[in-house]
This record gives sequence, structure tokens and C-alpha cells, in this order.
Amino acid sequence: MSAAAVPSPALAVAGLVAGYERDLPIVKGVDLVVGAGEFLAILGPNGAGKSTLAKAIAGLVSIHSGELALGTRDIAGLPAHELVRSGLAFVPQTENIFATLTIQENLQLCADVLPAARRGERIEAAYAMFPDLGARRTIAAGALSGGQRQMLATARALLVEPSVMILDEPSAGLSPKLVGEVFETLLRINEQGVTVILVEQNVRAALAVTRSALVLCDGRVVHRGPAAGLADDPRLGEMFLGRYEGQAA
Amino acid sequence: MSPQAIVDGLVAGSMIGLGAIGVTLTYSILRFANFAHGEFIAWGAYFALALVSVLGIGMEPLGPFSFGWLLPLAAIVAAVLAGGLAILLDRLLFSSFRARGSATIIMVIASFGASMALRALLEFVFTSKPVYFTRELQIAVRFGGGLRATPDQILMLATTVVLVVAIHLLLTRTAIGRQMRAVSENPVLARVAGVDVGKVVRTVWFLGGALAAAAGVMAGLLVQIRPYMGFDLLLPLFAAAILGGIGSVPGAILGGIVVGLCEALAVQTIGAEWRAAAAFAVLTAVLVLRPQGLFGKARR
Repeated sequence: MSAAAVPSPALAVAGLVAGYERDLPIVKGVDLVVGAGEFLAILGPNGAGKSTLAKAIAGLVSIHSGELALGTRDIAGLPAHELVRSGLAFVPQTENIFATLTIQENLQLCADVLPAARRGERIEAAYAMFPDLGARRTIAAGALSGGQRQMLATARALLVEPSVMILDEPSAGLSPKLVGEVFETLLRINEQGVTVILVEQNVRAALAVTRSALVLCDGRVVHRGPAAGLADDPRLGEMFLGRYEGQAA
Repeated sequence: MSPQAIVDGLVAGSMIGLGAIGVTLTYSILRFANFAHGEFIAWGAYFALALVSVLGIGMEPLGPFSFGWLLPLAAIVAAVLAGGLAILLDRLLFSSFRARGSATIIMVIASFGASMALRALLEFVFTSKPVYFTRELQIAVRFGGGLRATPDQILMLATTVVLVVAIHLLLTRTAIGRQMRAVSENPVLARVAGVDVGKVVRTVWFLGGALAAAAGVMAGLLVQIRPYMGFDLLLPLFAAAILGGIGSVPGAILGGIVVGLCEALAVQTIGAEWRAAAAFAVLTAVLVLRPQGLFGKARR
């Protein structure tokens, strides 16, 4: 794995082994350093362990061994709600909003971890970023369309001003137009200084917007390098098929 | 149905409804049917009785009521103690099953065991002899149309309304209420939304235990206090919670009132021995006709 040209790390993972059962690891010794402000795509075939890696970092899957640091803080083993307070936001792939709560309540729920004086200001900032949500704040979130749900999930994650934001397949189930809008939004968020990690199946769309990429296969990193050019790299298909032996820089 | 059966049904339904709120919250958030919940009702009544008996002051009837000023205070302390007992039971028993990811049926069977243990402990400490908060007689207030209610009954109905409104406001207007609803819908998402699920679980146990204690004190005032009082209410509690729709506080109280009215009707028309059968009939009818209950959402 190459960590060259990576500035001060926002997230550092070393030798991470994780999974749902102790004797059946899905993530099998991942090393990863994500620089502050980086926009990273995590790619790989189905079953490669992308979502499990993201969930392990977010505190939702047991870490069997390895180290995990957010900035300078050791976060391995911290419960998920503590990680949110530490500045790590995670947006799950499906069921990423509370359908029975209103849009306002979805945002308030996350804002409750902030000091009382900042909650209103952060919620209004979220509405300013996503005006569609602001116009419907009292309706149940379950009534939103797929794209609007993804916006709400993103807005909810942003409320706590995370230093690192991980999204698990935000394009799933969305039309190409909406995927473009969602990725544009993520680019804007990244430009504001948030480190964004995008777990994606939609390889071309992800590589078009991210600046760096990591390819996982069978729970291991098989490639780490710039996103530019990777989509047309003939080795990418080999990586997805698990036939690629080396690691491209 | 005579008008008096309506009053009797409303009062019994209030008790059942308060107990059913704990059942419905536990079921929706912890996702298992807690058969030990009835014991919180009995323990709440005995906690209040023990406090009243030990302190032995403030026993003179307060105004038109059959009890003195000490009982309401004892009821508040009993609610806190019963809430604490519920948290303790979770800490000692259910939390370890949750941590291991045990199947729901294991939690349910464990709750049966806890129910028996808690009831046996009550019998050991207080014996199975029925006891009373008060033996004062009360003059019923006439409302016309054949309706009569004692001041104690009127106070119970008013207390139930206040408690239900308070719980409803807690769930809809406060941070912990939002968190409870969020955990009920999606506990994993709640965790990544910054919700301390452990705190929510403790709150649910405390609320359930405290409300059960309130129901227990009411039952003790209306009827008598005995170790099986909670166990005997178990079927009506579940009938009310399922009728109202799992997770719905207004549904639980409305379900309790419907079950209470059905019981009162059964007592009046068929006989007192059919009281429990009325709750069972309501439960069966709901499960067949509308499994999601009055306020519940159908699940595919």
C-alpha cells in the first residue's frame, strides 16, 4: 500500500481485522491512511468487504484486531455514538433516515449531541444547504423520494460538523441524474474541508468525483492510488476479479 | 351494559393502560414480550405499602379520599424504586442476552423465569395474605344517569390522564423521546446518529417500571395488594398493548380502556369468573382482525 503524498491523516487504519463472527473475518488486515481533506473512493467487487470495513470504522461491526485512529485519537472499540461525537459521521446504504420522524426531528436527533446553543444554528445551516428539506421540515421523512432521503441522511451526518464522513453506497437505487446530484453535493462538502470516504459499486461515477481510490478484494487492499485514470486502467478488471497480484501506486 | 359498568371499566382500564405503556415500550424498543412486567406492578404496590407501613404517619384520610397524604408521596418513591428494579433486572438478566445476540424466545423465557422469581420473593417477604392501603369506606359521588364513582376512582382517572399526557409530551417534545422513537424504528441507525442506545434502554425500563408501580398503587387502592396482582393483570396488559398497536402510548391506554370495559361487561353479563376470558377474547380478535393494532403500522 502506498501512503505517499498523504498529508496529516484524518483517519488511520492499521492491520484491521473485522467481521460479524470472530472466526470468520471479512476484513482481513487492512492498512489505510486517509489524509485530511481527502476524497477517497473504496471500490471492489461484491463481497469484498467494503461495507464491512466502513461499518467497522463506524463502530457497527466488531473489530477483532488492529488499530484505528481518528486524527490523533485512538477510536478502536469506541461505541458508534461516541464516534459521532468524536467527529466521525457514517451514512448507511439503506434505511438511512428515520421514516416515522419528521425531517426536523431527524435533524434534531443528531443535533442533540451538540451544545444546546449550537443546535438551532446547525439545523438552519443544513436547511440552507438543502433547501428542499427546509421547505418540508414538518413532514414525515418516510414521505421523501429516494434522492431526498439521501439528502436528509447526508444533512443529518453533517450536522455534527464531522472531520471524516463515510457514505456506504449513496448511489444505490438512485437514477443517474440523482447520483450526479448526490456526488456533486459530496464534492461541495469535501471542498469545505470534510474528509469524505465513499464506498461505491458505481465505479465510474465514483472515480469521476473522488481524488483517490482504494480497491478491496476478499477483505484485503489490492490497490491504493489516485482516482484519475483508474477507470480506464486495464488492471482494474483484474483487481475486481481477484487476479491482480501487485499493488499499484 | 349498565352505566356503572362503564365507570368500573374506565377505572380498571386506566390501570391496565398504565401497565400496558411499559409493555408496549419494552416490546417496541427491546423487541421482546416481557412477561415479568406484571411483577413491577406488584412490587410497586408493595414498595408503597412498605413505606406507608414503616413510616406510619399521614394516614388520616385526606379530604374525600380514603388515604392520607403519605400514600401519594409513597407512590412517587415506589415508582422510582420500581423503575430502579426494572433497570436492575435488565442489568442482571436481559443485558447479557442482548450482548450475546440471543434469540427473542430466550429473552421471553428468561422473563418468565424472572417473573416467577420476583413473585416468589414477594411472597417470601410479605406472605401471600392480601393486604390493603386503607380500610376507610368512601361515599360515591353521583353523576346522574346511574353513574357513580368514588373520589379515589375519580382521582385515578385524573392521574391516568395526567401521566399519559406527560408520557406523550416526553415522547414527542423531548430529546430522550425522539431518541426512544428513533431506537424503536432503527437501533443501528440510531447509534450512528449519535444516540446512546444504552441510555435509551435504561430510560425505557425506568419508565415502564415507574408506570407499572403507579398502576400497582391504583390496583392496591381499588382492590387489594397480593403477590399475584401483577401476574393476574398480565393477559389484560398484553391484550391492551397489542390492541393499541405495539409502540403506541395512546394506543396502550385506549387498548387498556377497551379491555377494561370488556372485562366489566363480562363481569356484569356472564359472571366475574369470565373476566380474564374477556381480555383473552379481545386479544384473539385483534390478532385475527388487525394484528398491527389500532395505532400500529402493518409490517410486511
